[in-house]
Amino acid sequence: MQSLDQIFVTGKQWLLAFLPEALQPVGSILLVIAAIFGVFATLFAVTTILERKILGRIQNRFGPNRVGPFGFFQPAADGIKMLTKEDIVPRDADKIIHFLAPLALIIPVALALSVLPYGRNMVPVEFDAGLLFFFAVGASTELSVFMAGWSSRNKYSLVGAMRGIAQMISYEVPLVLSTVTVIMIVGSLSLVKIVEAQSGFLFGFLPSWHVFTPWGFAGFFLFMIAATAESNRSPFDLPEAESEIIAGYLTEYSGFKYALFFMGEYWGMFAISGLSVTLFLGGWNAPFPFLQFIPSYIWFFTKLVLIIFTFIWLRGTVPRLRLDQLMSFAWKFLLPLALTNIVVAAIWFFSRALQFPGALGLRWIFCAAILAVSYVWLGRGVAQAQRAKRVYQYAE
Amino acid sequence: MLGTGIIKGMVETARNFVGSYHDPERLTTVQYPEERLAPKENGRSFPFLVFDGNDQQAGLRCVACQICEKECPPQCIYINKSKDKKPDYVGKLQFYPATFDIDISVCMSCQICVEVCPFEAIKMDQVFELSTSDRFGKLLLHKPQLAKPNEYFHQLHPTDANEVDARLGEEKRKAEAKAAAAAAAAAAKLAAPKPAPDEPTKAT
Ligand code: SF4
Ligand code: SF4
Repeated sequence: MQSLDQIFVTGKQWLLAFLPEALQPVGSILLVIAAIFGVFATLFAVTTILERKILGRIQNRFGPNRVGPFGFFQPAADGIKMLTKEDIVPRDADKIIHFLAPLALIIPVALALSVLPYGRNMVPVEFDAGLLFFFAVGASTELSVFMAGWSSRNKYSLVGAMRGIAQMISYEVPLVLSTVTVIMIVGSLSLVKIVEAQSGFLFGFLPSWHVFTPWGFAGFFLFMIAATAESNRSPFDLPEAESEIIAGYLTEYSGFKYALFFMGEYWGMFAISGLSVTLFLGGWNAPFPFLQFIPSYIWFFTKLVLIIFTFIWLRGTVPRLRLDQLMSFAWKFLLPLALTNIVVAAIWFFSRALQFPGALGLRWIFCAAILAVSYVWLGRGVAQAQRAKRVYQYAE
Repeated sequence: MLGTGIIKGMVETARNFVGSYHDPERLTTVQYPEERLAPKENGRSFPFLVFDGNDQQAGLRCVACQICEKECPPQCIYINKSKDKKPDYVGKLQFYPATFDIDISVCMSCQICVEVCPFEAIKMDQVFELSTSDRFGKLLLHKPQLAKPNEYFHQLHPTDANEVDARLGEEKRKAEAKAAAAAAAAAAKLAAPKPAPDEPTKAT
């Protein structure tokens, strides 16, 4: 079992042994890059077909089922189509920036993917400040959105990009604040340490993942909402709203650049889902002690796929938000709730000193009550604001 | 409370997702090349020419009156009138189209040609799998491709075809009766004896 769990680590060492000593670091880097690209490109292909299938089933349709068995070769057909399409650059576009925008998306996202711990001893780049690095490079994807929108010289692109920037900056705040709780409890920015802090079992059988604590649950909830917005997925897909602004900042992209953008967005979704798995769902830890024989990376990717499924499910369910709803939701609901959650995490952290019997239950009830009350109270505010009659300045 | 609506919606979509797998009734898609719907009686695609009997040349109802050619809004019918004549369904001698072409890449399926034809000669077809590799030659349909038997018309639009057949039959019967009456009258005229000299006085 141990060998199966470590098969990729030992395999890499075995391959590297063929290289001379001096080249081994370079070889190691190249191997890791190849692995990340290979795994996530495959996951991207599988996700696109699954997404279309699941959305189809949600709408009582078949989804693509023509290419290969059950349509599972559809991504290959799509890929060939994308690659053979003409690459059109608008005449008035800023050509250099138009060309660089997809790269400015895919490179930070690939960097963000490189700090996640995929399994026991399987972290491509082990950083002490992995979480900080993740957010630093993750935030720079916003640049690519604006580069794409601005350089296309198209009003839809620009509107999409501006919506994208407004949305991503607004949701970055609750996203980061919801992870602050994890840093407070674990006391480290290292993603490896955060996963290790979630190993072990409560009472010998309950997983001690962060999501199973009041602050962790709230943090996970906030993180997932903000992550949906960060990765521009429905219901927060305003920057690309097909029915309103064609394809937003992607309007003027075609062929391979569009495919790159598309892949970048999915990779962004994988990265942020992987981060939520790492922070709240115990990373590569098995949920129960008797399931520990299954290799750690399988657990990581199972959780990742489950989160992606939830994203798709959500996309098939909820309609797109309006821009004002989007903003008020971020600033009036998520942000206060995230701040409350930080206070709750602090209470949880310091009340660890209480050692009398039943202390855990008491802490639980107290923290959960604070969160529930603030959820209901803040939620009522949002709902009331949305029920208020809209005043149209020019339409009346 | 905030979020209950989303949860309700998620339950509904999950029900669809699972339901569409174990209850194929939910899926409304007809997977076209393998399955297809029965054609609707009122369906129409492009016009065709009706002929009676088995010989499409002899039985063609069209008399090359060219009304449809003139009325067709996008002008996609091309007719050349014949020099000689052939008998129509009542036996009267009529012209016939030497050529009759319809450019179905131009035709907009408006059915005006059908409405204006006084001879029930042109009707709407229901074929729709007409894609070809040659968008000029193969989309210009000629008389042999256009001519289709009356039975085919019956298959496509039974109500309409029965009504047309009844009317044409009635006309034919009247024409025959008329012809018979005329023949009888002529025969009677021939057979009748020379009027007696006193008869005109009777009339006066
Ligand atoms: S259906 Fe309309 S467009 Fe087509 S041939 Fe007849 S009159 Fe012309
Ligand atoms: S199809 Fe009808 S309207 Fe057209 S030429 Fe023939 S008889 Fe006349």
